[in-house]
Amino acid sequence: MNKVEIYRGWCKKCGICIAFCPEAVLEADEALYPTVKDPEKCNGCRLCEMRCPDFAIVVYRNEESYPETDSSPGK
Amino acid sequence: MAGCCFYAGYPITPATEIMEIMARDLPRAGGIFIQMEDEIASLGAVIGASLAGAKSMTATSGPGFSLMQEHIGFACMAEVPCVIADIMRAGPSTGLPTQASQSDVMQARWGTHGDHPIIALAPSSVYECLELTVQAFNLSERYRTPIILLIDEAVAHMREGIVLPSPGDIEIEERPHPTVPPEWYIPYADPGTGVPPMSAFGDGYRYHVTGLYHDVRGYPTIRADEVEPLIHRLFSKISRDFDHLQWFDSYYTEDARITVIAYGCVSRAALRAIKEAREKGLKVGLIKLKVIWPFMHCTIAKILENSPKVLVPEINFGQISREVKRVNQGKCEVATLNKVDGTILTPPEILRKLEEMYS
Amino acid sequence: MRETTHLVHKYLRSSKRFPHIWCAGCGIGIFMQSLIRVIDQKEYSKDDVVLISGIGCSGRLPVYVDFNTLHTTHGRALTFATGIKLAKPRLKVIAIMGDGDAIAIGGNHFIHAARRNVEIASFVINNQVYGMTGGQCSPTTPDGTITASSPYGNLEPDFNICRLAEAAGATFVGRATVYHTRLLEQLIGKAFEKKGFAMVEVVSQCVTYPGRTFGPDPAVAMMKWQRDNSITVAQASKLSEAERQGKIEIGILVDKERPTYHEEYQKLLRKKPKV
Ligand SMILES: Cc1ncc(C[n+]2csc(CCOP(=O)(O)OP(=O)(O)O)c2C)c(N)n1
Ligand code: SF4
Ligand code: SF4
Ligand code: SF4
Ligand SMILES: [Mg+2]
Repeated sequence: MNKVEIYRGWCKKCGICIAFCPEAVLEADEALYPTVKDPEKCNGCRLCEMRCPDFAIVVYRNEESYPETDSSPGK
Repeated sequence: MAGCCFYAGYPITPATEIMEIMARDLPRAGGIFIQMEDEIASLGAVIGASLAGAKSMTATSGPGFSLMQEHIGFACMAEVPCVIADIMRAGPSTGLPTQASQSDVMQARWGTHGDHPIIALAPSSVYECLELTVQAFNLSERYRTPIILLIDEAVAHMREGIVLPSPGDIEIEERPHPTVPPEWYIPYADPGTGVPPMSAFGDGYRYHVTGLYHDVRGYPTIRADEVEPLIHRLFSKISRDFDHLQWFDSYYTEDARITVIAYGCVSRAALRAIKEAREKGLKVGLIKLKVIWPFMHCTIAKILENSPKVLVPEINFGQISREVKRVNQGKCEVATLNKVDGTILTPPEILRKLEEMYS
Repeated sequence: MRETTHLVHKYLRSSKRFPHIWCAGCGIGIFMQSLIRVIDQKEYSKDDVVLISGIGCSGRLPVYVDFNTLHTTHGRALTFATGIKLAKPRLKVIAIMGDGDAIAIGGNHFIHAARRNVEIASFVINNQVYGMTGGQCSPTTPDGTITASSPYGNLEPDFNICRLAEAAGATFVGRATVYHTRLLEQLIGKAFEKKGFAMVEVVSQCVTYPGRTFGPDPAVAMMKWQRDNSITVAQASKLSEAERQGKIEIGILVDKERPTYHEEYQKLLRKKPKV
């Protein structure tokens, strides 16, 4: 399973990661910080990570399902 | 001879020849010449090249000098060595492009916004153009600051025979380089001399350069306890060396009842006038300024104490005479002789004024 | 692809305070991440990269990253970049500008840098506004838009930055939005590889000024707008001028070869010119 980590210290709660996650993995908590709602559904696409303006979200992929050769960003 | 290997400029009368000579000679010497799209760009490229380690210069005249002011301030603030030759013509605006003038003296001092120190040199002969250009590079490297060569059109276009010094006789200075390893390098920390060692981009010392007030690392700051030390250091790195910047020549000043204070082409006419006056028995002398800024307060103050009268002839409305009067504070009589019709002051004009003052 | 954590540790200046100064959801941060990720992929030595910016919100980018960084004056980044590249050609010279910075006050430098073909990878972060000074209109603000300096609607038509670069002779011209991060990274990579003047327009969102009219979630709304209004170069070629109105054409617009200023200068030096 892929692991999504959010660093609240740097997160500015802009909502970009939540809005554009293709699998709706993330949601806002009461304080409006993103949290992982459905870890199972994360496909490891890393779009949330790449679109975070604040370097505040990181996706650790399960390398078994994502061999190193496939690790460059897709087209 | 000064080690200049980068020139960027934009054509303007009466400074164009400098650019044309650079365009011809720099490629032959392995240096870089580039004609930019305007004077702002020219000084931008010069500062960039200097940050990459090249001794760099540009040349211009009044209108172009006005455009360069923002980058002169940048070079002061970011402490980037560079040389700017301003071949003075009469302004304001397009003014008199082909006529000599000394009307950029105050622009050289206060042209860029904000408090800042500045060094400006004024040669009065072909030899001094050589000498002071070398010195301009040396000072800019030594203090990491822009140096302005204020040359009036008459001196700039002058032709006279000179004996070139052999390159070995010319002392060339380099900017202070860091001696510590990169991880210890603090780019804007005062090493005690007021001038932080400077590393060129690409030499392994990565750091930040900005025109904003910055802390010793180069990062922007608005903290009063970081802002104030920076501006104080920028001034003091030059003012602590005031004694070394008293560059002037004096002629017949020991017993002078009138001392003329002049620079550039006017100092040449003044010297002729003084020699003629001496022949007529008038006790007059001349101080020829080579450093215009920082103004030599102490030197001038001494002259004002010893000479009952002082004459400051200039081909402008009176720019250095204001400084002389400021230092004078009523000690002696300071007279001015100004010409603003686009022609230069002649020896007879100065002599006439001296005779008038003498009686 | 390496994780953000790697980028953070390797490229962000540990002595700078984070989070950075940009507003929540501002696109400049997205571009910054893309930029350093591509630098990382290319394995450039940090000592050989020079990042130069002008003045504006975008101008604040270099201070955060651990390269040789230079924050110049408003509009003039390319002039400093030109001096650096010519004086030390081995350096990877990257210029980052805002739309007002590059196209209004720096427009003259922009066209001449492109014409001269100095090898600079340049990026114009186009948020269609003067962000730093509080939301006045810029040369890329669409006609009719109400801004702080056009309270009755902007009276001027907007510039097409890519077409301007192309006309001036840029050898690589591309456009992406910060929504299209993958495309953005491809274009950054291509711009880095280009021997010549390369320009990528990065369509970005200023959430604080134009964003005011985008509802409670301006960053998300503006990125949706980017997503929904972008068409690829291939799609655009099938549309009429009128159909293309209001669309963001993304992709590679120019990719050609032409001798650089530096190459021409080297030729001159080898000739050892005599008078
Ligand atoms: C010579 C000069 N004129 C004006 C300014 C004020 N100023 C600072 S940033 C800016 C505009 C920034 O807009 P843009 O280039 O689009 O960058 P953004 O902030 O949107 O990233 C202006 C006008 C300045 N710093 N210098
Ligand atoms: S995109 Fe980044 S800053 Fe914005 S909410 Fe998500 S984690 Fe926070
Ligand atoms: S990696 Fe992709 S699927 Fe997983 S949370 Fe991020 S955007 Fe959603
Ligand atoms: S004002 Fe606009 S451009 Fe500037 S940081 Fe905020 S959102 Fe970004
Ligand atoms: Mg802008």
